Amino acid sequence: MTTILDPTDERVPVARTVTPRTGAVHGNVALLDISKPRGNILLDRLETQLAERLPDVTVNRYAKPTFTKPAPDALRRDIRDANDFVIEALAD
Amino acid sequence: MANVLPPFSLADMAGEDRAFPTGSPSLVCFVKEDCPTCNLVMPLLQAAHDVGDVPVLAAGQTAEGNRTLIDRHGLSMPLLDDSTLKVSFAYDVETVPLVLAANADGEEVDRLVGFDRAEWRAFFESHLPNADVDWESLPKWRPGCGSLTQDPVIAERLRAESENNPLRARKIEIAPADDIHEFLFDQGFTDGLPVVPPTPERVLRMLGGTARDSQEVVAEIPPNYAPATVEKIAINAVLAGCKAEYLPVVVATIEAICNKTFNIHGVNATTMGASPVMIVNGPIRERIGMNMGLGVLGQGSRANAAIGRAVRLAVRNIGGAKPGGTERSTLGNPMKFTMCFPEWEERSPWEPLHVERGFAPEDSVVTVFAMTSGPALCVDQSSRTAKQLAGSFGLSMEAAHHVRAHNAGDVLLVISPEHVDTLQRDGFTKDDIREQIQKVTARPLADLASTEDAGGGLSPERLADLPEERRNRPTPKFASKGNIHIVVAGAEAGKFSGVFHGWAGGEIGSMPVSAKIED
Repeated sequence: MTTILDPTDERVPVARTVTPRTGAVHGNVALLDISKPRGNILLDRLETQLAERLPDVTVNRYAKPTFTKPAPDALRRDIRDANDFVIEALAD
Repeated sequence: MANVLPPFSLADMAGEDRAFPTGSPSLVCFVKEDCPTCNLVMPLLQAAHDVGDVPVLAAGQTAEGNRTLIDRHGLSMPLLDDSTLKVSFAYDVETVPLVLAANADGEEVDRLVGFDRAEWRAFFESHLPNADVDWESLPKWRPGCGSLTQDPVIAERLRAESENNPLRARKIEIAPADDIHEFLFDQGFTDGLPVVPPTPERVLRMLGGTARDSQEVVAEIPPNYAPATVEKIAINAVLAGCKAEYLPVVVATIEAICNKTFNIHGVNATTMGASPVMIVNGPIRERIGMNMGLGVLGQGSRANAAIGRAVRLAVRNIGGAKPGGTERSTLGNPMKFTMCFPEWEERSPWEPLHVERGFAPEDSVVTVFAMTSGPALCVDQSSRTAKQLAGSFGLSMEAAHHVRAHNAGDVLLVISPEHVDTLQRDGFTKDDIREQIQKVTARPLADLASTEDAGGGLSPERLADLPEERRNRPTPKFASKGNIHIVVAGAEAGKFSGVFHGWAGGEIGSMPVSAKIED
């Protein structure tokens, strides 16, 4: 038997509960721009299409200050508190 | 203050447990079979046992040796089995034979080490006056032998198994049927190449390379923001193949990359494929045998290779940054395995990097740069003046990211000794070199726009929106001279210098960070 020491952070996998999927979109939808070039154009188009297909949904726009760093805590809280759904435009 | 001897319970060779303290004055002895002096004193210990009023607890350090001692000396006294060496370790036995006289409370009142006839005689007269010993038949003096607990391999195992050892990391047991190397690959602990299994003994040896507490949190490594203790860093240093004396450099580098200014999260995550390039300055370079000469940026030097790799493995294993997870390079680059080298300060006519960055020459310092490519060679065998050569560097460096990408961020220029000589002949300073690089690369924005034949640079529409003065204003390759970092390294022969191309610079990306290397 060989014993080694764990080189990782030893995080126990946390079972996360996914919010129930109802098949319907309602309430507030956040569109998050990570500030990569042209991400805003993609989100503009998406916002237009959402408005056509789901007129009762309210769209809120957000942007990270820079794509290179994690979203600031305050921005994450704002998005969580004010929205039911988030669509994030990822890089490239 | 009384020295209270550690309590213990050991089985004798008949399997009967013998415990200390005994509740009465007693002797505790440590012997091993292959020690001539232990063999010399075994009849004396038997004589002490024969007196009958002082229990003699003699522990032998191997079971096979105990059987031999009993046969060889016709012992009737119990010989205790300390073949695990746990009691010898608890008593910190350095030399055998060791004999301790304890009072009824288990406190040490007297001790003998090795054999000195006068001392042993006085000891017996004091504690065992009725023992029957022919002292004149014994030699005057014999040295003791090293306790088995002092054998380096055994000592490390005992330290690792002892209750007050400094290791806290989770232990993983690998079944004998498993191939340990395949297991390490399967667990995702490696960078794709084999690693050294981080056994407790190896990690303890690694921790011997630093005076820091093993549980000190050096930094929190994203994306998991997991605490990187000295112990966790040491485990990854073992994986990477480091020697213990490299550990302070690895620890300082982890501190540097986790500084928010460096932004290791962005460096890992970017699709552009950045990686820390680590430069070591100061006396530690020589002390740990880093290579700053021939092939400095390549393979072959254990210190250069293993330090850089340890940092990368720590980021992967502790921080959790893995390709396909938050590591999302389009192409990646070989620096993601390792890229660490020292500056050859002694071959440079200029201030070394760490002194430029505010440290004392005698400090040992690591500086980290977020780089995406390199070393890209500048092959120039024809420049005969410093001005020509520095200009030549500039033209080569213009390729960083894209020839048309000006106003760029950090770049790292590694100048080889032969090129140093050309620059030195004309008395060029580092600032003169930077000035010339900026001069030869300064071009009007109008010349840096995308064309039908080749893209990159400004779009024609964007260019058209700019005022004429801006369109025609010469714009150098780099945003400022301060973005051009210069060090000296490499072999004496060859007019080749190397350039590392940076990543996103400034506040939105990464800026170089230096950290002092402390023992």
